[in-house]
Amino acid sequence: MNILSLFPAIPVLMMLGLWLSKNTKQIHAVMVAGSSLLLGLAIALVFIFLGMRADGQTAEMLLTDSFMWYKPLNIEYAVGVDGISVAMILLSAIIVFTGTFASWKMTADVKEFFMWFCLLSVGVFGFFISTDLFTMFMFYEVALIPMYLLIGVWGTGKKEYSAMKLTLMLMGGSALILIGILGIYFGSGATTMNLTEIAGLHNIPVEMQRIWFPIIFIGFGVLGALFPFHTWSPDGHASAPTAVSMLHAGVLMKLGGYGCFRIAMYLLPEAAQELSWFFIILTTISVVYGAFSACVQTDLKYINAYSSVSHCGLVLFAILMMNTTAATGAVLQMLSHGLMTALFFALIGMIYGRTHTRDIRELNGLMKIMPFLSVCYVIAGLANLGLPGLSGFVAEMTIFNGAFMNNDTFHRVVTIIACTSIVITAVYILRLVGKILYGTCTNTEHLKLTDATWDERLAVIVLIAAIAGLGLFPLWMSDMISESVLPIISHILN
Amino acid sequence: MVHMEYYLIVSTIMMFVGIYGFLTRRNLLAMLISVELILNSVDINFVVFNRFLFPGQLEGFFFALFAIGISAAETAVAIAIIINIYRNMRNIQVKNLDKMKW
Amino acid sequence: MEYTILILLLPLLSFILTGLLGTRLKPVAAGTFGTVVTGIVAALSYWTAFSYFSAGRNAEGVFPTIIPWNTEWLPFNSNLQIDLGILLDPISVMMLVVISTVSFMVHIYSFGYMKGETGFQRYYSFLSLFTMSMLGLVVATNIFQMYIFWELVGVSSYLLIGFYYTKKEAIAASKKAFIVTRFADLGFLIGILIYGFYTGSFSFTPDSAVIGSAKVFLPIALGLMFVGGAGKSAMFPLHIWLPDAMEGPTPVSALIHAATMVVAGVYLVARMFPLFIGYAPEVLHVTAYVGAFTALYAAIVACVQSDIKRVLAFSTISQIGFMIVALGVCTSSDPHEGGLGYMASMFHLFTHAMFKALLFLGAGCIIHAVHSNEMSAMGGLRKYMPVTHVTFLIACLAIAGIWPLSGFFSKDEILAACFGFSPVMGWVMTFIAGLTAFYMFRLYYGIFWGKENKELHAEHTPHEAPLTMTIPLMFLAAVTLAAGWIPFGEFVSSNGQAYHIHIDIKVAAVSLCVAAAGIAIATWMYMREDRKVADGLATRFSGLHKAAYHRFYIDEIYQFITHRIIFACISTPIAWFDRHVVDGFMNMLAWISNRISWAIKGMQSGYVQRYGIWFLGGALGIAIVLLLI
Repeated sequence: MNILSLFPAIPVLMMLGLWLSKNTKQIHAVMVAGSSLLLGLAIALVFIFLGMRADGQTAEMLLTDSFMWYKPLNIEYAVGVDGISVAMILLSAIIVFTGTFASWKMTADVKEFFMWFCLLSVGVFGFFISTDLFTMFMFYEVALIPMYLLIGVWGTGKKEYSAMKLTLMLMGGSALILIGILGIYFGSGATTMNLTEIAGLHNIPVEMQRIWFPIIFIGFGVLGALFPFHTWSPDGHASAPTAVSMLHAGVLMKLGGYGCFRIAMYLLPEAAQELSWFFIILTTISVVYGAFSACVQTDLKYINAYSSVSHCGLVLFAILMMNTTAATGAVLQMLSHGLMTALFFALIGMIYGRTHTRDIRELNGLMKIMPFLSVCYVIAGLANLGLPGLSGFVAEMTIFNGAFMNNDTFHRVVTIIACTSIVITAVYILRLVGKILYGTCTNTEHLKLTDATWDERLAVIVLIAAIAGLGLFPLWMSDMISESVLPIISHILN
Repeated sequence: MVHMEYYLIVSTIMMFVGIYGFLTRRNLLAMLISVELILNSVDINFVVFNRFLFPGQLEGFFFALFAIGISAAETAVAIAIIINIYRNMRNIQVKNLDKMKW
Repeated sequence: MEYTILILLLPLLSFILTGLLGTRLKPVAAGTFGTVVTGIVAALSYWTAFSYFSAGRNAEGVFPTIIPWNTEWLPFNSNLQIDLGILLDPISVMMLVVISTVSFMVHIYSFGYMKGETGFQRYYSFLSLFTMSMLGLVVATNIFQMYIFWELVGVSSYLLIGFYYTKKEAIAASKKAFIVTRFADLGFLIGILIYGFYTGSFSFTPDSAVIGSAKVFLPIALGLMFVGGAGKSAMFPLHIWLPDAMEGPTPVSALIHAATMVVAGVYLVARMFPLFIGYAPEVLHVTAYVGAFTALYAAIVACVQSDIKRVLAFSTISQIGFMIVALGVCTSSDPHEGGLGYMASMFHLFTHAMFKALLFLGAGCIIHAVHSNEMSAMGGLRKYMPVTHVTFLIACLAIAGIWPLSGFFSKDEILAACFGFSPVMGWVMTFIAGLTAFYMFRLYYGIFWGKENKELHAEHTPHEAPLTMTIPLMFLAAVTLAAGWIPFGEFVSSNGQAYHIHIDIKVAAVSLCVAAAGIAIATWMYMREDRKVADGLATRFSGLHKAAYHRFYIDEIYQFITHRIIFACISTPIAWFDRHVVDGFMNMLAWISNRISWAIKGMQSGYVQRYGIWFLGGALGIAIVLLLI
């Protein structure tokens, strides 16, 4: 069995294990074993991949494998990875691992919660390893559905409304994606739905591309929080339980960027070039708009959700710039934002679990009460505003440099506009840090609260280590990504 | 010799009486009886067409027998349901039976 | 010279160790560790400087640029990449000496000043972070490395200003410092992007053949970089964060906001000097005007402030203005013909770092003694704290430009350069030099002479600071006394060749007279216990006095822009728009679907008989249609 197939298979086995386990202890044992195995496998995959590349295997997709599972429509179960997917799998594994620890204290219906959580990760992993359009879409759907239950049942606040909104908007997006995928398949005249084959044929008429490109881009854009289809994100994140927010903002939103790049841009290159200007405007709006919106929010999760809109906007912005540097930056930004935002949501969850409020007007002086969590919050904030040495800087600088390489006024102007987001980010992050962490605590109830426990520390430290690792030593990751981005970009441009 | 048309006229009348009854009656039993009328009119048609148009064959007769059997079973089920409804609600007027409606 | 890497790695190690161990480490242990590390760094820097300058000049008569370390950190494409490394040339070596000296002094001083504070370990950890970043900034091998460390010093400054994080003013000040400099850094970043694109590299010495095609954009890039520099160096109108930054502990103000970080902008311009002179002399002159205006503005404001640290802060802004002016008035890279300012600026940077650190540390001793920043709590302190008094006086004389202290020599070169550029610039700067002498002695008399605040002092008698605090004072005072005699031009000059400093008698005489006049007026107005003249003037020109005291309302303008315009007119409407229009549209779609389903629900009545009628009618209709066709 191919190592890649293990990634969706392990969560399935974990679900089985969870179903058989009788108490919380066993549930935790299953989750820890499974998620550590996933993390270990993901790290091993990175080394295997790099080793294969070092051996001179230059094929676009490595570790490929496929078998037919629905002959009449030529749907295959086809897997394969390049540097981008390897990076995304690593990210997902880290977040599943830390998400497990971040929901350690969950008490209500633990078994069911983790079962849905595992199903969600099946979808996520499956999406990143697939090279068949339909299989990819199927896994995408598998990732979406559990979200409804996870938010609707285990969420907080107006959870039913948020769950409904999130699911409906994302389902709307996925309907567009399905149409687009079928359009691509029948338009290309390919004999399978395999990505690389369709790209290799490269014979979708430009008139058809013009129809399918916006449809697919918007379809994935909904998940990538493209303005004006981002409004599910603040409500959804605010209501979701901690681990789900982490997985959703950290990984699921990346499915959008990944899909836009892998499917919309890669398979429909001419239309992408023709229509990119329109989407560049939308993404530029996302970047600045999200940052400005975050400035005046009062709920911690809303601030982070709008910040995600801004940062994910930057991902889409970068891939539309259509050069290797910017696209590498986009993938780095996906990684970096995934880790950062997961850290943020984990910390917010931990603070909320103690204070039972996320309103920044009711929180102050937490630094004295929970120093560990507060210091980590500051680190997350600094990563978010792009401090060198943490991952955000690497990603943003690669994107801005790449974007600036397009030598015309339009691209220049939008790049400069997007650059302003780094200032606005600083404004809302520092406002937040100043309000909730610094100062003296006025709420006597809060004075009794305690700092992080070991499970929370573990989750947070793993994420911070990953952020700092990416920020301090970006070279290997950036190399791995850029050599995989190169064939895609050259395919788009030629 | 009785012509085929006479049989058909009778069956048509039965059919429309059945439809009329089915549409206008508000009592479940009356509606069931109307449905039976419709079924029987169709049975008559089968038999008549077989007898007059394809005298050498037996499919129509068999089909009619088959339909009678089915309708007997169906009536038994329907009566059972109706009796149960009556037991539970003391009523078999259709407009009062809206427990499972949106 | 591979050992220079230790200059960066040791403080980093110290930061990580003290930061991770935190309170598990005893305060004394953390402090000692940080201080010893900084001491080693200082020793290494001196050794580097010694071996660099003693290695001698090359065939062209300049000190060669040495790059002992350079590793690829992040590639962008085939020719653009960020490298991290160490570059040694005269100015970076000079900065190494300045930074490590001041940092070492501040480390020692903080033992006494921060004694017993909670977060002592955190404080030393941040100091190490700052030292590492600042050293990394000056030895940057390329503009992007500089930007990286530029951001890092910004963050360490933010963390240190907000050291007393339970104090409201400190939080606001740290936030302001970070955001204002971040805003300026946006200019820096865009400048770097333009620079990188058109010169094809981030190196400080791009290929001249490539530049040929980028002549139009290079001045823009350099101008934008200067915006970044102006933010860090607190040039008008981006200066507003620096006076507020005084909320941080005083040794931090001495290290970051007087001696090292705030001169990063000057250093940046000096670093890019060959490009400025070669391709954008107009931009360079613009920086001179900005610098001159800032110097004048800050000097006027400094004359009326009552918080001693604020006076020093405005004095810093004014002196950095001097340095920028000196760079800006250069018209060629030959120090004999219009390139004198470069040397003068670096010289002033060096001497200013020493005497301004001394002033701040002295102010720290005073604040330590009277527990207040306000001049009203002081007066007549000379008899209580003799060491502080003498060293403070030396620093005041140096900044006023009195022979033979270090400030005289460097300021004299600056003024000579200004006169060489244009007489107007020369006279304006001379006038500001006189103002400097005036406000510094106003401060000096206000603290050590004048009317004593007897009630306060009776309650808590001021006392001399402990030895850990006075030793750095004495050391820096000694440097201030001697530094003027360093033949600075032999080491640093605009084209790298040796330049022999000679004092222009006319300029020197004028500046000495002006300085003496400033001191004399200050003595007349402030030395005695009653301040009739000063108070009289203040009431006479109360409008001007009030405006200057409120720093000409620049902060209020910013406040207005940020709160009234950005928050109230942009962010709030956007947030509203998002919730009500964008999200409202989505909700409206849901609402419409809901309505439609309610509207057509009636057809699904559940009455079988009604369905039957529809069915029958439909069947008949179709039959009729079929029959008619």
